[in-house]
Formats: sequence, C-alpha cells, structure tokens
Amino acid sequence: MEIKEKESVVVRFSGDSGDGMQLAGNIFSTVSATVGNSISTFPDYPADIRAPQGSLTGVSGFQVHIGAEQVYTPGDLCDVLVAMNAAALKTQYRYAKPDAAIIIDTDSFGPKDLEKAQFASDDYLGEMGIDPDRVIACPLTTMVKNCLEGILDAKSILKCRNMFALGLVCWLFDRDLDVAFSFLREKFGGKPEVAEANIKVIQAGYDYGHNTHSSVANVYRIETKHKVPGRYMDITGNKATAYGFIAAAEKAGLKLYLGSYPITPATDVLHELSKHKSLGVVTVQCEDEIAGCASAVGASFAGALAVTSTSGPGICLKSEAMNLAVIMELPLVVLDVQRGGPATGLPTKSEQTDLLQALFGRNGESPMPVVAAASPTDCFEMAYAASKMALEHMTPVILMTDAYVANGSAAFKLPNLDEYPAINPPYVPEELKGSWTPYMRNAEGVRYWAVPGREGFEHILGGLEKDDKTGAISTNPENHDLMTRKRQAKIAAIPVPDLEVLGDKDDAELLIVGFGGTYGHLHAAMDELRSAGHKVALAHFRYINPLPKNTADVLRRYPKVVVAEQNMGQLAGWLRMKVDGFVPQQYNEVKGQPFKVAELVKAFEILNKE
Amino acid sequence: MSNYSASDFKKGQPRWCPGCGDHFFLASLHKAMAEIGVAPSQTAVISGIGCSSRLPHYMATYGMNTIHGRAAAIATGCKVVNPSLAVWQVSGDGDGLAIGGNHFIHANRRNINLNMILLNNRIYGLTKGQYSPTSPRGFVSKSSPYGTVEDPFRPAELCFGARGHFFARAVATDAPGTIEVLKAAYNHKGASVCEILQNCVIFNNGTHDAVYSKEGRAKNAIYLKHGEKMLFGENNEYGIVQEGFNIKPVKLGEDGYTEADVLVHDAKCEDNTLQLKLAEMEWPVALGVIRDVEAPTYDDCVWSQIEEIKEKKKYHTFAELLETNDIWEVK
Repeated sequence: MEIKEKESVVVRFSGDSGDGMQLAGNIFSTVSATVGNSISTFPDYPADIRAPQGSLTGVSGFQVHIGAEQVYTPGDLCDVLVAMNAAALKTQYRYAKPDAAIIIDTDSFGPKDLEKAQFASDDYLGEMGIDPDRVIACPLTTMVKNCLEGILDAKSILKCRNMFALGLVCWLFDRDLDVAFSFLREKFGGKPEVAEANIKVIQAGYDYGHNTHSSVANVYRIETKHKVPGRYMDITGNKATAYGFIAAAEKAGLKLYLGSYPITPATDVLHELSKHKSLGVVTVQCEDEIAGCASAVGASFAGALAVTSTSGPGICLKSEAMNLAVIMELPLVVLDVQRGGPATGLPTKSEQTDLLQALFGRNGESPMPVVAAASPTDCFEMAYAASKMALEHMTPVILMTDAYVANGSAAFKLPNLDEYPAINPPYVPEELKGSWTPYMRNAEGVRYWAVPGREGFEHILGGLEKDDKTGAISTNPENHDLMTRKRQAKIAAIPVPDLEVLGDKDDAELLIVGFGGTYGHLHAAMDELRSAGHKVALAHFRYINPLPKNTADVLRRYPKVVVAEQNMGQLAGWLRMKVDGFVPQQYNEVKGQPFKVAELVKAFEILNKE
Repeated sequence: MSNYSASDFKKGQPRWCPGCGDHFFLASLHKAMAEIGVAPSQTAVISGIGCSSRLPHYMATYGMNTIHGRAAAIATGCKVVNPSLAVWQVSGDGDGLAIGGNHFIHANRRNINLNMILLNNRIYGLTKGQYSPTSPRGFVSKSSPYGTVEDPFRPAELCFGARGHFFARAVATDAPGTIEVLKAAYNHKGASVCEILQNCVIFNNGTHDAVYSKEGRAKNAIYLKHGEKMLFGENNEYGIVQEGFNIKPVKLGEDGYTEADVLVHDAKCEDNTLQLKLAEMEWPVALGVIRDVEAPTYDDCVWSQIEEIKEKKKYHTFAELLETNDIWEVK
C-alpha cells in the first residue's frame, strides 16, 4: 500500500435522495476539519422531494473539498466519487476527474437498477468509458446486511448503507474514526442502538477497505499546513446568516423578529430562527411574501431588529413594503438568497441575477444599501453588518447571498461577540421632547427613532411624502426634491470598508472583479493563474451600495479588468454607472451551477494574452 | 376611570369631504379611546390606503398610514413584537377586503389581538368611484357602467369563514352604537372586526340609507345585546325567532308568535351558525356585538411559548447558542 501526500482532495458522495448522502458527507467534512484541514462543501439536491427510487432525477449529491491549505471552493471535479446506485453513477460521473477513484455498491447495479438508470446493457462501466481498475466495486448492501443482521430490522439496516461508504472513504483518506463515532453518538443521542449500529457499519467499511484493497489502491493523506488554532463548528451559509441576525439583535439589545414565507433556497433561515425561542426570537410564518415583509415593517416600527427572508420571486412581492421602509426610514433587513430566475426559474440552483433588482427594483427614487456575502461563514459577518447598518442608519438593507453559499458549508471559527462593533440605533434623545418632529435628523442625516411606548413622541409615519420640518403629508415640490435628496445622501454617506485587493496588487496585469458568492472560485482561479506565473489580482465586492470609497481607484489601477459574475453583466453595469469611463471585460455565466475554476482560469488566461 | 378626554387623541384637521362617514367615525373613535383609557403613547393606529386610511393622520397616538392592503400584516408585526401596545387597524372595504383580503382572513384565523376596523361604504372613493368587493351585484359605477356581474363579499361571512372570534357592526352616524362596539372590540382579546357602515356622499350616496338615520335604525335595525331577547322595531313589536334551520323576523302577536318565542342573543356561543345568520339578515340590519368568543390569542401564545422554551432550553445568549453545536478544537 502506498500513502500519497496530497494538497487537497475532492470527494463526492452520491446516491438516491433517501440514501443519506448529505449525512455521510457532513460527517466526513467534520472529521477532516477536526484535524485542521480546510473544508468547503456543496450539497447538490434534486428539485424533487422524493423522486422514484433509483431514478435519474432522484440523485442527491454532496461534494466536499478538503485541503492542507485554505480551500476556497468545493472543487470543480472530484478525486473520489461514491455512487450508491446506477443512477448516481450515470448522473454524477461527469463531476469526476479522469483519474478519479470510483466507489460503487454493486448490489445496486442489478437489471432493474440499470434499466431505471437508462443503461443499455450490464456493461455499465464500458458504457460510461470507465476503466475498471479505478473502481472499488463492493457488494455494499450485502455487507451492511451481514453486519447488522439481528441488530436492526431490514428497513433500518438499509438506512445504514451510507455509513459503510463513509467508512470506506475514511480508510481511503486515513481518517481517524473516533470523531465520526462521537458525532453519531451525539446525533442519535436518544437512540443509542442506532448510533452503535451506524458505528459498527463505519468500522466495517473501513476494515473492508483495509483488508480488500490495501494492495491495489492508494491511500491519501492530507496534512494540515497552516493551522489556525481555535474552536470551530461546521456551518452552512443559511445557518450563519441566522446566527448573524441573532448576534446583532443581542448586541443591539433588541428583540429579533423574522417575518417570512417558505421559499427555496431561503427557508432554512426561517427553520433555524424558529428553533431559538429560548433567545426570544420571534418568527412569524406569514400568509405570503408580502405579509412577511409588511409584518417586519410593523415589527420595526414597534422597535425590533426586523428581518424578512426570501429568494428572488419573493423580492418581487416584497418590493412595495421595502419601499415603505425606505420612505418611513425604518430599519429592516431583507435577505435575498438568490436562485435561478426569472419567475420560478431554477429554484434549487444558484445565480447572481437579482443584483439590479436589489439596487433598482422599486418605484420612485428608492436608495437602499445592498451588501453580499462571499462565503458560508461570511454570511455571519454580513448579516451582522447589514443589521448594524439598518439599525444605525434607519434604512432597509438588502443582504444578498445565493443558493451556493446558503447551502454550502465551511468550518466556522466561533465568534466572540465582545469583539464585534457596538450597534447604536439613533434613538431620539429625551431632551427633544416637545420640539421633535418625525423627520428630524442627527449629524449623519439619519432620522431619529421614536419607538411606540415613549410618552411625548407620538407620531404618524406613512407611505406618503412628508414635510421635512413638520412630518405632515406634503406635496410641496421643493420639499419632495429635498426629501429625495436627503434620503439619497443618507445612504450615500454610510461608511463601508475599503475594497481589498488580493494577489499581485502592485503589479497585476489583470484584475478580476466579482461580488458575493463567487469569491471562492475567483480566488482559486487567481491562485492558479499566479502559480502559473501570471500577474493577477482580485477585488471582490461585499458592499455594493454604497460602493467602497476606493472603488474607482482600484478599478482604474490595472491595465485589464474582468468582471466575472453569474448573470449577464449586472455588477459590470452598476460599476460602469458609478465609475466614469470604466469599461471592463466581462465573464458571464448563467448555468445555475457554481463557476468551474478550470474554466475561469482558461478564460482569464486568454483574456490576459489578448 | 380614564384619565383621558377625546381631545387627547385628536390631531389635525380632517380633509375628508363634508358629510363623509369618516368624520363621524373619527369622532367616535376619539371618544371610545378616551373611555378605554389607554395612553396615546401606548396606542398605535395603522391603516392602508384609501380615504378612510387617512385616519391615523388625525390621531395624537403612534401610527402609520402605510401601503395598499397591508395594514393588517403590518399591524401583526407591530403587535407581536410589543403586545402591550393597543393596536388599531383601520381599512376601507377595498383596502381590507380586495387588495388586503388575504391579510384580513389570516389575521382573523391567527386571532392576533388587533382591533380591526372595516369602514364599509361599498365603493372606491379615493380612486374616484369604482365598485368595491362589497358593492352589490349589478352596481353601476365608473368601472361598471353596465352594472357589475359579480357577487359581493359579506364581511361577516369572511370573518367567520376565517374562524374569526369577534364581529360587531355599527353605523358611522350612530355615535353611541359605534363607541359601544369599539370598546367591546378593545375588550375582546383577539382579532376583533368592527364593520362600520358609512356613506360616501360623492360616489355612493345613500348606500346605507335604511339605517343611516336614527329613525331608519328604529325601523330597520336591531341592536343586539348578549343575553337579551332579540326584539326590535319602534315599539319592540318585532322579534327574531327560529324557524327550522333558519331564523326570521316576525311581528309579535301575528301568526301566533309571542315574546316567549323570541331568541335570546348569544354572542358567546362558540358555534357561529346563528351569529352568521344574524349578521347576514337584510332586514333588520343587525347592529352591535354579533360574536364575541374567547380564544387563545396569537400574540399571547407566541410569548408564552417563548417563556416555556426559555425554561426548557439551557441556552439564552448567543455565546451559549454556539456551544450547542458540534465543536472541535484546532490546537
């Protein structure tokens, strides 16, 4: 047996929706993260809830990238593909590298399975052009049955197949099983017999690999190079977003309110926040998207950190209520977990096609800050930042994530809330009682917040334009012009961090520009280009409105700039509008799938040569 | 006793047309709030869009004149975050039942403790005279020059269909009757719908003529009081009796009906069958509190569940929440 040292590997677990691939993938990434490897994961669910068993549409995948050094993406293609049935092999093989190892359960490649997976013959490897030497073919179901016979019933035994595959992968990567065992004991705390059965199967999978294949296959070892000491947990983008809101509400000393309507891929934020009643979080699953946002505006008026969560189609419906928050100048965070559009589009897939909607999709002059999270863990930072911005500047803020970062996960270093900046909403000072009117502003041009319950500050807000001085309804032309400018100036004056330039920031020939969830892929592409000798830098936007103050400086500093985004050029258009004379190259892709680093590298190399 | 007078709730000069039912209603609301005695600072009045939705601008309370149809949803967020506020939601028949119909039924279903006022003039006033979802079939308006070809909503039916627990009705010009139902709505814990019949002098003049004057009401309305016999008419010469599966108005002394046959109003009955029949009578028009049944309120339940879970769960801060996850340490 040969142990190969590798910088990073990508493993893709795939099987039927009911095969527990997400759990197997999760445990494997946790086990790897525990030894200090960098991890990035991507679950790839089918759109159907439970497609017919063994069918091509019912295949569910979970890809994890583990690295000795920082990994930025779940990886383009995998080094190891686990295919629990024929349909998984058929649909997932295209995500495998040409030399990838392939683990299959031969028990799930019977005549019926092959028929469902639309294989023409029983030479499925031949049909796919797979070299049998790369395949670890094992009668996985039979072995799991033998292992658990008499311990669990037949149906429960089948549910443990995923753990055998996990055990085999753990052997392949020389992983310590103890972490997996304690994970399972925790997960099945109430059912120790289930936990022990799963553990037995993992061990069996590990032993099978060791005994049967040690002479034929390589075992890989990924040694952690740069450990960042600390305490970590695995977190998905949606969960991190929910945590960011909780943290911000606690820091601000406010109740957290979420008004929401279930919509893929944002629903997990509603699920997560609904759990945490012991933190006083109020979640209302509303009758529709409109009520989700409208009730949040009401909650904001009443003095809460108010949030509404949705995806693109929901933003369409919430726009009017968002605009109400704009003119009433009330704090609100609107979360848009972007998916493929237009209309219902590709509900489970990822795009960045809502940017212009976020910036402009409302009637009237309606300036609204827009921020975007760059990675699963960055969702925490940006949810916190968006909440702080909304509360301190009395404005609705759009937080953009996407299906990719929302469902993807990464190791999250536990944050210490003491180290986060204070959140101080501009509550109206008591001494203004008697002279205060609703649109009086502080030095930053921000309207004061008078929360109902305070005596002497009773007032009426509304969707009609108001007089700057008295707060009464006004159609005065000069006043409307003034109020429009004040609302605009208030948003423009919000301080945001400078745009950071990574890579060859002094002498890059090509600057890559992106925003939001493509950070990992763009960073990985830059790294590859640089290691191939190119001078390349990356400027990645997380703050989109207002733009960082140094935006024009950065964009004009480099001979070539390419704006790469998963839309038809929305960020490029916004930057052209904001930076005089800026005409970038564009790299646009709208496939509902994350970028492929290799494709980016190729495209950028060509650009750089031109 | 209340420390407030109507003027403590009053602000500004209403801009409604002279004779508009909104003027009458506003005066009654000011008086009812004074009698209820909740401080203006603890009161929020939330409306949508329409003539009647201008109302918050004439209140010295907290309030919002929001966007079309969404008042009930906005009021829901406000109330659930701060249940100690008295929240009044004011809509017209268009705002409440057309564009905002979904929020109307769901506020009732959830039974959130809102006082929901439905100012029903059966017409769109602010957009200058189109039929509304309460305009009768065949109604001629600017948008239905040959008459409508659709049936109207009956607000009580919607409220009851959404499992509403409170429904009352008053005529805008009848201050004592309006004040009474507003106070009953406030005292009812849960969503309380008050349908206020009001006239639009410009676009739908006379729509509620049968009951708009005191004399009209004496002849054509019945004031319902829980626990009292349902008698009406200028000299209480009529009564509501049961007939088979239905109810009907009868003249006492005719066809062998006596006062002993007259039904006693039961607003507290959980089953809403007879209450719905009362609400839907065309003659006489039922006024007063038609249904007033206790039930758990949404806002109470949200907060008692939070308290219960706080007791059960061991984490109460963000730092403690983090510790509930599978954590590993990299050394």
